Amino acid sequence: MAASSFFVDLDQIFIILRDWIVGFLPVALRPAAGVVLSVIAIVAVFPGLFALTTVFERKGLARIQNRLGPNRVGPFGFFQPIADGIKSLTKEDIVPFSANAAVHFLAPLVLVVTVFMGFAVLPMGRNMVLVDMDAGLLFFFAMGAATELSVFMAGWSSRNKYSLLGAMRAVAQMISYEVVLLLSSVAVVMISGSLSLPKIVAAQNQYTGWFPHWYIFTPWGLAGFIMYAIAATAETNRSPFDLPEGESELVAGYHTEYSGFKFALFFLGEYLAMFSISGLGTTLFLGGWSAPLSLLTWVPSWIWFFGKMMMSIFVFIWMRGTLPRLRQDQLMNFAWKFALPFTLLNLMVTALWRFMGEGWARWVVCTAILAVAYVVMARVGSREEHFGRRSYRYAE
Amino acid sequence: MTTLETGFASPLAGYLLVAALLFAIGLAGALVRRNAILVLIGIELMLNAANLNLIAFWRYGPHPEALTGMMFAIFSIAVAAAEAAVGLGLVIAIYRHTNTTDLDKMNRMKG
Amino acid sequence: MTPVFYLLAALTLAGGLAAVLLKHLVHCALAVTVAFAGLALLFLQLDAQFAGFAQILVYIGAVAILIVFAILLTRGSELPKDGVFSRTWFVGLVIAAGVFAVLGWAVLESVSAIPEQSAVPQVTVHDIGVALVGRYVLPLEIVALLLTAATIGAVIVAMHEKVRPK
Repeated sequence: MAASSFFVDLDQIFIILRDWIVGFLPVALRPAAGVVLSVIAIVAVFPGLFALTTVFERKGLARIQNRLGPNRVGPFGFFQPIADGIKSLTKEDIVPFSANAAVHFLAPLVLVVTVFMGFAVLPMGRNMVLVDMDAGLLFFFAMGAATELSVFMAGWSSRNKYSLLGAMRAVAQMISYEVVLLLSSVAVVMISGSLSLPKIVAAQNQYTGWFPHWYIFTPWGLAGFIMYAIAATAETNRSPFDLPEGESELVAGYHTEYSGFKFALFFLGEYLAMFSISGLGTTLFLGGWSAPLSLLTWVPSWIWFFGKMMMSIFVFIWMRGTLPRLRQDQLMNFAWKFALPFTLLNLMVTALWRFMGEGWARWVVCTAILAVAYVVMARVGSREEHFGRRSYRYAE
Repeated sequence: MTTLETGFASPLAGYLLVAALLFAIGLAGALVRRNAILVLIGIELMLNAANLNLIAFWRYGPHPEALTGMMFAIFSIAVAAAEAAVGLGLVIAIYRHTNTTDLDKMNRMKG
Repeated sequence: MTPVFYLLAALTLAGGLAAVLLKHLVHCALAVTVAFAGLALLFLQLDAQFAGFAQILVYIGAVAILIVFAILLTRGSELPKDGVFSRTWFVGLVIAAGVFAVLGWAVLESVSAIPEQSAVPQVTVHDIGVALVGRYVLPLEIVALLLTAATIGAVIVAMHEKVRPK
């Protein structure tokens, strides 16, 4: 039918565009040109989304805090990122005198490069993955691990106590939650049987009746997704885990001594890390580019992917505006004493799910184990110590 | 007919030479520097050179589908990480005790 | 020998040399990270993708950060008064040069019984997984025990001693 082929074309519109542009070149250059075009598309789209997200964040936070947010530049303030961009490009680039100039210069570059590399394996639509690697998930986590070093480089090279403190806190937090992130993804790998992200999406792209086989709709998937979301918030240093850049304490943490374009690069790197980790979360648990109901599969796949990713970003912004900040020891305790054991238990429950076979029994058993474990570990086991009488010490 | 006469006909010789040079650099670092942490950095370089050797022989060897070289290298990476953790813990403990990381000064068992 | 190989080899060796020659410890740590990255790219050049990504994840993501934390906790930022090279540096250099000479001679003199252009091995992660729980399950379990022992040992060794009541 003409209508369905129109929607199929709309689904593959970017592939069709790319092939048409590449068709103008000689045959020998075509593969390389295709890759270059895809890279240009990624480098153009995600910073554009970043600009949009900064406006959403400022207006969203403002509305949560019962105020208006930026509303002067453009209609409802939506041209604010242009003003911000011009400001950061024209500000003076101040490098502290005793700072280590080479490392100070390289830190934001390393951050942005490694974060951009993570986008190469995300399947953004049907057939729309830049590189279909066999070990794609491992590549993504390897790039995530490499960003931690740039955080340390930034904090150390500034020769500033507060920067160094912020950097060490940030690195300690990132390595603790990285374990939780990896283990909650391993559950998905166990069930789908592959480290390749397009294959994980294909495994979720099936429907029983109307409902999709997304992993979040299973008990282990829900627990895994919640752990993944908590770990993702901590990995990207977002509230409530944003003590390393706590604006009321450490000035700006590890990017205190950066101004102008380099600060804009850090800002860009942080938001791009948020995008890529949300993208991975949607790929692993929310079905990637697959539609939520089987009667909605005519909507283009890339709309679903970006929609789900922006929903995750919206939840990040919502959490930032609502929850208070966690102290460093509280968040480390949370990571090692609750999140890690719960994620390991989730792995075992996933294995149980896989080997119990189809039927309603596995739903009941797995849900029961996870619910009991949550109640025991989170509610009963983490009860606060009893506080004694307060004692006051007055200034003499 | 040695590799020297025919030039680097096999890429394997090139990788082995790079690994040997990296190993020698790591060994020099471990033997020449004063700081205990640099000795550990030298050891990590030596372990990495050995991994490169393993993977090069796996790739250009007779039976790459048996995966022996790759498995050996992966286990070696895991063991090296464990050994780095313990070694650096030791360096920190010694620093807390003697307030120095200078190896030339740590030449007695007393204290 | 492709130009890419020469470039990556130069990068790795430069990183290694910088790591053992530079004065400031944190610079040495960052240089050895560059060497690790160069090695990971060499692994990728050798079609060992899993080993290459595991190298980045473990070495750059964990070992380099460990080294940097240890440098910070032992005040490595201060330069020692007596210089950075130990008293016996010349002997160390001679030994290292000797080792390289022997290894290099062995590589160059060996008769190559290996075919010159082997086909690219088609290794998938599935094969590695099957090998890990099939043929190599015993080393896997032993490495798991070893890592547990190393974790507990490192924590105990580096823990603050409890202040004993005098």
